[in-house]
Amino acid sequence: MAADSSKIAAPSADKRWRLVDNVMRRHGYRADGLIESLHAVQESFGYLDDVSLRFVAASLRLPPSKVYGVATFYHFFTLKPQGEHTCVVCLGTACYIKGAQKILDRIEQDYGIKPGETTPDNKLSVLTARCIGSCGLAPAVVIDGTMSGKLTADETAEHICRCVGA
Amino acid sequence: MIPDELKAITDAETEASAKVRCRLNVCMAAGCQSCHGDKVLKALQAEVASRKLEGVEVRGVGCLGLCAEGPLVLVDPEHVLYQRVQAEDAADIVAALGGKPVKRLVCSLETPFFKRQKFIVLENSGKINPERLEDYVAHRGYEALATCLTERQPPEVVAEVLASGLRGRGGAGFPTGLKWQMVAKAAGPKKYIICNGDEGDPGAFMDRSVLESDPHRVLEGMALAGYAVGADHGYVYVRAEYPLAVKRLNNAIKQAQKAGLLGPSICDTAFTFNVEVRLGAGAFVCGEETALIASVEGRRGQPRPRPPFPAEAGLWGCPTLINNVETFANIPPIMREGGKWFAGIGTEKSKGTKVFALAGRVCNTGLIEVPMGITLREIIFDIGGGIPEGRKFKAVQTGGPSGGCIPEQFLDMPVDYDSLAKVGSIMGSGGMIVMDESSCMVDVAKFFMEFCRTESCGKCVPCRVGTAQMHNLLSSICAGTATMDDLALLERLCDTVKFTSLCGLGQSSPNPVLTTLRYFRHEYLAHITDKRCPAGVCNIHSLAEVHA
Ligand SMILES: Cc1cc2nc3c(=O)[nH]c(=O)nc-3n(C[C@H](O)[C@H](O)[C@H](O)COP(=O)(O)O)c2cc1C
Ligand code: SF4
Ligand code: SF4
Ligand code: FES
Ligand code: FES
Repeated sequence: MAADSSKIAAPSADKRWRLVDNVMRRHGYRADGLIESLHAVQESFGYLDDVSLRFVAASLRLPPSKVYGVATFYHFFTLKPQGEHTCVVCLGTACYIKGAQKILDRIEQDYGIKPGETTPDNKLSVLTARCIGSCGLAPAVVIDGTMSGKLTADETAEHICRCVGA
Repeated sequence: MIPDELKAITDAETEASAKVRCRLNVCMAAGCQSCHGDKVLKALQAEVASRKLEGVEVRGVGCLGLCAEGPLVLVDPEHVLYQRVQAEDAADIVAALGGKPVKRLVCSLETPFFKRQKFIVLENSGKINPERLEDYVAHRGYEALATCLTERQPPEVVAEVLASGLRGRGGAGFPTGLKWQMVAKAAGPKKYIICNGDEGDPGAFMDRSVLESDPHRVLEGMALAGYAVGADHGYVYVRAEYPLAVKRLNNAIKQAQKAGLLGPSICDTAFTFNVEVRLGAGAFVCGEETALIASVEGRRGQPRPRPPFPAEAGLWGCPTLINNVETFANIPPIMREGGKWFAGIGTEKSKGTKVFALAGRVCNTGLIEVPMGITLREIIFDIGGGIPEGRKFKAVQTGGPSGGCIPEQFLDMPVDYDSLAKVGSIMGSGGMIVMDESSCMVDVAKFFMEFCRTESCGKCVPCRVGTAQMHNLLSSICAGTATMDDLALLERLCDTVKFTSLCGLGQSSPNPVLTTLRYFRHEYLAHITDKRCPAGVCNIHSLAEVHA
């Protein structure tokens, strides 16, 4: 099962490819390391693009269609770059019951974007999650990687405003 | 590592803790960290250092249970719990050590929230530092593994699990001992253990908490399973959305390997067992066992028909034992105290305890562990403290998107697998969401259907198309544009999808609709015939708009 010795060259001199390659090597360049490899790409680059998908496919000796299939099957992977700031609104049951939809509505009202979209000036992306495991603090929002709980729509809007600096 | 060495660690820990006069336990699980528990820990450490206090230990521990009131700090030996602590409170807390507690922060431990619980799975949660193997060992960790490996044969281990009556905590409640027996009997030189930590139910965080608060216990349970069924390799499949759990688990694996509790020749026996972590990537269906196996193999997580069951042909075609995180976490105490002891807790057909993530419209939200057979009323009104703001209870949802909404008339029903199934819900993995009159039950049904529609893997038609159609119908009911014929169609579709889908996701997706139709039909009718939403949640188009 081990790949032959001809190692695939990284798409560029960017050091982040080394992190990706480390993960693939740890899995012996085997096909079952695909999801872990895609996680490594997304962690390093923020999203998966054609170049990275092809690089992973070639390195693991997999057809690009299979890699693309996996990348699009799992919600965690994104094929689009995110805006400068991100706001993840939890839409799990506990948060929904406590008014997460109102937070999303408010964001749409303020910035004109729906979940999965980015503002035209590329400042803010809005995403949703299915429970981030902090249900005790519902509704939960993650702004630029920092979680906050028990926020009202107004408080969230203020919070985003401060981060985006608008 | 042999039993004597484990004892040496325990002795060293006991000796070290004898020097500790006072301990400040700061919750470092995800809930409290998200409200800056880490800053509290640092501030307390700085305060203790600046006062040059001897014998005062500040340490991080796992979830203390009352997550909604975090960050929480537990002071021992006084046994005083502080809630909503901020870094600025550090000086007061340290100054109060040995004297009168800081009144404005005290959270009473004498309330039913703490008194009514029974801890087996969570016995170490909040008591040990999850990042230290020694702490786990000092609380009798790995004792069961060492004893079983050196003194008991694999069939005896299986027999003990059988005797305990433990049923799977991942949702379906399959008897764990029977599953272990099947895998043990399956032929094949290579077998695998998989721990299901996908926790896809949106509104549940039990497995996350167990992994964050006591990761070694899950590893010990898996190693015992490996010994019992003859597997030498295990995978823990964890959601990528749980970075802290993943970090603690990886850390625990490294420590256990270093101590010779994982890896080759464990406890100087011939038994070898390795564990690897695999990350999920946000697909609910990957909680289903055959989809999970596909995902571990690096493929798209699509279920396949069973049989063959994973116990016969699972990961890479080899016999595979899949159990839930909480199931594995129950194993070490069962081996330590005996299956009979465990079987003495709970009800006739549901043994032991169950961990629930209590959330929604209830005063005390957090993580609780209760004996099976406790009533819903006790959970929601005693432990949970009832509904906030004097509102009225409407329903409690268990089992997530595969479960149902249980109305008030069943509040005195015991919580066990069979009773929950009788009223149309399921035990599920332990999500328990309380709803009050501000929730519209049609809207809730729509919410879950939307979830199933987006999470359907698309492999089979009834689920792929059916969930979309049911969602459309529910949307038009919510919008006030549906007719009674639409309602009849919805009921027919529920039936079709339930009986013809390939996997549990599709088969159970109608449950939230079916239970709300059964107990809250009047709300559906209000939307359809009166064009109004009794809870005032749905945006109903006015009659004029409908006819326009
Ligand atoms: C759609 C679907 C989602 C599931 N999600 C989970 C899950 O998140 N965690 C889990 O332990 N089991 C889940 N299960 C159940 C597993 O398939 C399996 O029965 C379980 O992991 C077995 O472990 P147990 O016997 O210890 O409960 C799910 C099943 C289905 C059909
Ligand atoms: S249903 Fe049609 S489009 Fe979809 S996979 Fe099959 S052939 Fe392709
Ligand atoms: S029931 Fe749904 S999730 Fe399950 S296999 Fe069919 S389409 Fe996929
Ligand atoms: S439902 Fe939002 S954190 Fe769990
Ligand atoms: S996360 Fe701190 S008490 Fe649960």
